[in-house]
Amino acid sequence: MNWLKSWVRPKLRELVGQKEIPDHLWHKCPSCEEMIFHRDLEKNLRVCQHCGHHMRLNAKKRCELLFDDGEYTSIELKSPIVDPLKFKDRRKYSDRLKESQNKTGDDDAILVAHGTMGANKVVVAAFNFEFMGGSMGMAVGEGLLAAARLAVMQRAPLIVVPSSGGARMQEGILSLMQMARSTIAVEEVREAGLPYIVLLTDPTTGGVSASFAMLGDIAVSEPGAMIGFAGARVIEQTIRQQLPEGFQRAEYLYEHGMIDMVVHRTDLRDTLIRIVGLLCNPGASGELVSLEPAPKKKTVSDVDEVGEDPTPATFVDPDAIVVDAIDPNDDKKD
Amino acid sequence: MHNYLEFEKPIAELEGKVQELRHLTGSEEVNIADEVGKLQTKVEKLLKSTYAKLSPWQKAMVARHANRPHTVDYIRDLITEFTPLAGDRAFAEDSAIIGGMGRFRGESVVVIGHEKGADTDTRIKHNFGMAKPEGYRKAQRLMKLADQFHLPVVTFVDTPGAYPGIDAEARGQAEAIARSIEVCLSLKVPMVSVVIGEGGSGGAIAVATANQVLMLEHSIYSVISPEGCASILWRDKEQNQVAAEALRLTAQDLLKLGVIDSIIAEPLGGAHREPAAAIATVGEGIENALAEYAGLDGGVIKAKRREKFLEMGKHGLS
Repeated sequence: MNWLKSWVRPKLRELVGQKEIPDHLWHKCPSCEEMIFHRDLEKNLRVCQHCGHHMRLNAKKRCELLFDDGEYTSIELKSPIVDPLKFKDRRKYSDRLKESQNKTGDDDAILVAHGTMGANKVVVAAFNFEFMGGSMGMAVGEGLLAAARLAVMQRAPLIVVPSSGGARMQEGILSLMQMARSTIAVEEVREAGLPYIVLLTDPTTGGVSASFAMLGDIAVSEPGAMIGFAGARVIEQTIRQQLPEGFQRAEYLYEHGMIDMVVHRTDLRDTLIRIVGLLCNPGASGELVSLEPAPKKKTVSDVDEVGEDPTPATFVDPDAIVVDAIDPNDDKKD
Repeated sequence: MHNYLEFEKPIAELEGKVQELRHLTGSEEVNIADEVGKLQTKVEKLLKSTYAKLSPWQKAMVARHANRPHTVDYIRDLITEFTPLAGDRAFAEDSAIIGGMGRFRGESVVVIGHEKGADTDTRIKHNFGMAKPEGYRKAQRLMKLADQFHLPVVTFVDTPGAYPGIDAEARGQAEAIARSIEVCLSLKVPMVSVVIGEGGSGGAIAVATANQVLMLEHSIYSVISPEGCASILWRDKEQNQVAAEALRLTAQDLLKLGVIDSIIAEPLGGAHREPAAAIATVGEGIENALAEYAGLDGGVIKAKRREKFLEMGKHGLS
């Protein structure tokens, strides 16, 4: 049938005249292949209106989506040593880096920003898949450490949004070491008693999934996100078997108990705000009601009177929260 | 009898001649002993020159040599009263990672290591050293046990990588590795890891985020196997050797990069030629490494480990 394509179609075009459709106005959904008008796509947060497929968001769009009024402050990241191994495959790594930098306008694959979500302070570290597949090398590791330290400094929860194929091979062993270094970042946040939340997006695989991305206190995922350790092709080659339908997708991980929830992009911000609120402002909304009548109304000051209670100021004795809830922020302010 | 690697052909020929001559010793000629001696010196010279300038790809071959001592051998020679411990208490026992308690130089330690197996049966039993989530979860359990009872942790690293399979993914391979790294970093006891063969990516670092990482002279440690790297970045599996060079996976390069702490010399011609000698040297290396943490406070030990990984990557290779 090639002649239809190569001969008939051009002839027809000549007769009818080529329609000028600027290609950036219409997008084809990679999942259902329906055409989507660009304005509808943006309005729908880059979720296909036909099949619900969640297309990737770059780091900036992600931050606009998450922060209150889409406003945030990104921090400048220390630039690590460039091309530590002087790596060259078919092309030089340093050239690939430059090309990605020119294409995206970013230094590397991570954006660290702070701002508010539902009026709560948060720090977000978002990956940019457009930058070398979001791969994790020195710069990304430094970014995650910087994000952790910013969160600790601001006493804010850390939300990390991976979108990455894994370790950046061109940085060899040093990219592998980022698995340990990014885990240290998580530990620093944990030790400060702050929530560490991971929003898994498409894709989260390899060394990224096998380190900080799977260590969230809470793990939320976007629908359909590919999440796993070994690549599907590698597994297929090893076991010589067809992979099951939906393998390594967010829903699969949910069913296997690996993540807490799969949340549609339109509900994502509200869900994260609620999680942050529950973890950071226990009782602040005044809605906490104890079911059994408390024997005696205790308050934080009562506890203090008992004497040398080592309870830190930011800790609220759960017994102390009765109907008239205590705002834990009150004692944070001094 | 001896498994020769491809690049060892000239050595194999010479040693073949030595063998032949030795069979002739029945005859009374004195010259034969002389001749054998001369040939033996020649073999040694050749071994020395060959092994002094192994390419990264050749090192990968040596690191995977079938006769290279494995974790079971190190445990047998270095650990007394070895008491294997099994299971992740959740799903299964995974023999790709073996571990337990025992005494090293008279003192109780927890030992964990990948085991590849030495023949078809044991290779299958140990799944070629490719662990599933339950293997990493067992390792986590043993490391926590060590922490609980203030015992140092010694690990032997020798794996092509974590097992890539449907079941492994379904049970959370990524989470299991991530959590292992986290447990390594949380330990308030000294942890020393020795890369004895192949340090395959995430499957290796899961039990090698240690205070000190030692590497045998001809072992390798990499983010991806040379074969994997060649097929992804070069789209050509034949480019193994080039990929091995580019990845900088040798002990010598990793020491320069500050990723490992020291290199343990191997006997002439590699650890597989004289396993007992190689194991003894590794024993000394572990002893020296552990000695650095004697009497240190647990918090300090943990902080030192963290500091070491935070310092990494300050300088590259020129």
